[in-house]
This record gives sequence, C-alpha cells and structure tokens, in this order.
Amino acid sequence: MSVASHYSYWITVLLMTAGLYIVIARGNLVKKLIGLAIFQTSVYLLYIAPGKLIGGTAPIVAEAFKLYSNPLPHVLILTAIVVGVATLALGLAITVRVRETYGSIEEDEILAADRDDPDGA
Amino acid sequence: MRREPVLRVVGKLLIPYMLLFALYVQFHGDFGPGGGFQAGVIAAAAVIFYALIFGLPAARRLVPETVVEAMVALGVLIYLGVGFAGLALGGNYLDYFVLDRDPVAGQHRGIFWVEVGVLVTVAGVMLKIFYVFAGRARPAGE
Amino acid sequence: MMAVAAIAVALQRNLFSAVVLAGIYSFLMATVLVALDAVDVAMTEASVGAGISTVLLLGALHLCGGEEAKPLARPWPPLAVALTIVAALVYGTLGLPAFSDPQAAPHTHVVPRYLEQGPKETGVPNVVTAVLASYRGYDTLGEVLVVFTAGIGVIALLRRARRRKEGKP
Repeated sequence: MSVASHYSYWITVLLMTAGLYIVIARGNLVKKLIGLAIFQTSVYLLYIAPGKLIGGTAPIVAEAFKLYSNPLPHVLILTAIVVGVATLALGLAITVRVRETYGSIEEDEILAADRDDPDGA
Repeated sequence: MRREPVLRVVGKLLIPYMLLFALYVQFHGDFGPGGGFQAGVIAAAAVIFYALIFGLPAARRLVPETVVEAMVALGVLIYLGVGFAGLALGGNYLDYFVLDRDPVAGQHRGIFWVEVGVLVTVAGVMLKIFYVFAGRARPAGE
Repeated sequence: MMAVAAIAVALQRNLFSAVVLAGIYSFLMATVLVALDAVDVAMTEASVGAGISTVLLLGALHLCGGEEAKPLARPWPPLAVALTIVAALVYGTLGLPAFSDPQAAPHTHVVPRYLEQGPKETGVPNVVTAVLASYRGYDTLGEVLVVFTAGIGVIALLRRARRRKEGKP
C-alpha cells in the first residue's frame, strides 16, 4: 500500500469533502446546488477509478486489443450523470420559485422571513 | 445579439455541424463512444446555441413549444413500445431477440429503437427546461 | 487542479464566477475520465456537466441575482465536520484494493462474460452501449423516466408566467 496505489481514492475524498463543505457552510441556495454537483462528480471518480486496468483500453471490442477496462461502472455512472443533471434542474426550478416568493435566496433571510410570518409569504 | 454579424455568421456555420454531430454520435454509438444521451444533449445544445444568438422568439418559431412537449413524452413511449413489441412477439418484456428471425439482428433493432427513444426524450427535456428558464421574466423590483 | 477549482468555488462570492469554475471543474473531470479509459462517460460528463449544467445555472442566476451574501462569520463547525469526514473516509479507503489490481472484485464475476459474449450476442462492439441498452435495459428505462419526470416537474413548477398580480405567487 503506497501513496500511488490509493491516490485516486484520496483525491476523491478531498473533492467530496470540498463539495460537502460548500453545501453545509454556504447559505446561498445556488451555491449549495453547485456544491452538490461537485460532490456528485467526485463520486463518479470513486466508481470509475477502480475499473481502470493499466495497459487496458476503452471497453470497445476490437481485433487489435486484448485487455479492456471494466465497462460495468461506466454504465452505472452514465445513468448517474443524467440523474444528477435532472436533480440540478429541479433544484434550480425550486430556487427560482423560492426567490419569487421570498425575494431572496439566502438561507438565513428565508428562515427569518418564515419565523416572522409563518403563514403568509 | 441579432445585429452582431460575427456571431450570426459563425452560428450559421456551426449549427448544422452540431446537429450532424449529434446524429453521428447517436448512430455510431454501437462502434465508438456515444449513444442516446450524448446525442440528445448535443442536439439540444445546438438549438440552445441558435436561441442564444438569434433570440428566444426565433428559436420558438423554429422548434415550437408544442413540438418540444410532444418530444418529451414521445421518447418514453417509443422505449415502452419496444418493450411491448417484445411482449407481443412471444418473449418477455424488453426482450430483443424475438424482434427478428435472427436473434442478433433483433438485438440490433431493439438497441436502435431504444436509443432513438432516449435521444428524443433527452433532447426534448433539455430544450424545454431551457425554454422555461429563459422565457421567464425577472421578479419585480430588481 | 480539480481540487483547486472546487475550493475556488467555495471561496468565490460572485456567483457567475462560481458557475464558470464549476464548468471548468466538469471539463477537467471529463479529461481525467478519458485518461481512465471511460470514453462514453467522459463524453456524457463533458456535454451534460460542462454544457447543460452551466446553461441551467446561468439561466437560474439571471432569474435570481448574481451575488452571494457575506459568508458565515464562524466557519469552524462546518470545517471541523469536513475534516472529521476526511479523516474517517481516508481511514476507510485504506481497506480498498490498490489501483489497477486485476484480481479486485469488480473485474471478476460478471464482467468477463460481458466482454466476451457481449459483441457475439448483441452484435455491438461497444460493450458499454450493449450493457446499457440490452443487458440492463430496465435500468435505462428507469433513467429515461427520471429525465421525463424532471422535465414535467420543471414545467409544473415554472409554467405560470410572471404576469400575475401581487398576492398570488
């Protein structure tokens, strides 16, 4: 076990935590969504890095190549990317509605407005 | 934006190639990287590019809202239809090998139509979301 | 470099810069994915992450305003949480297999069968497309339904134009 053998995992952990920090430490809703996107992208790396075989090639079967990298994580992550952008689109739509209702997209201002006026908006 | 000649000329040169590239990625997905999702996104990006340069009303004339909404549902229906075709021809739901006398050709046909369904839905949804976001006015009091 | 981009997103207050940095981050990720032989995924990540996500974020910024308020005066609790999570996750990764180990679990079981039988059974050399559309067709059906649901969700949330009077959002 050396740095080189686990480097990909540690980079993933770093990016994941950066995304998580943005989500929990920033109050702006759009910033939080960007942090969530960063988090999701780091998870793709987590899945695909172990699938790579040094000396292998992309998993498209051809006569000239013998060793292929693992195609199964690619399939799962393709789905994950598309689901991620769907989530982002819905999150942004909700943010736009929140902005129009409360006049702001900062978390503390929204919570304060809710505390002052729980029923109306 | 409408009056910038450089943007208009470059746009008119690039947009047909973007659409052609989307079709290439779609149909060549069996032999190289590609497939329905990438092709749908590239096709939607071509129309979004057109909308950015020539204005949203021009894009709405080119690809009307009703067409986009129909595309969103049509792709899902195509996908489901392929499944039911498998059911009708004697196999389980989404079996491809019953779609032709030669099972491998049946697989080809099934994969082709499934990817078309994916292309249509993804392109429709991305474009519709863009139309909705771009067509909305800013909140009052800005 | 991606870590630099991610941290820069956190520190930026101008949201437009944050969106552009997120696009750069997606593009760098797509490049890394090509280096890891994941060409289908790289194309999807580049077009979806750097293309569509950026367009949607810019559209939302146009409707929401482009500056972030002053960040937290006391960033220590979230920073402490983040560092604890880093420590816990690094401890967890020590048990994972080394990079490019052919005996590791993902490369055994079902994948050799896909790589050998896939092109013969489906006639499609791209194993990723074969698995996505044929062997795991149900999963792709679910994915298309998720995209569809996101589309109609956005339509349902944002359909009413902004010409309503006050008092009726």
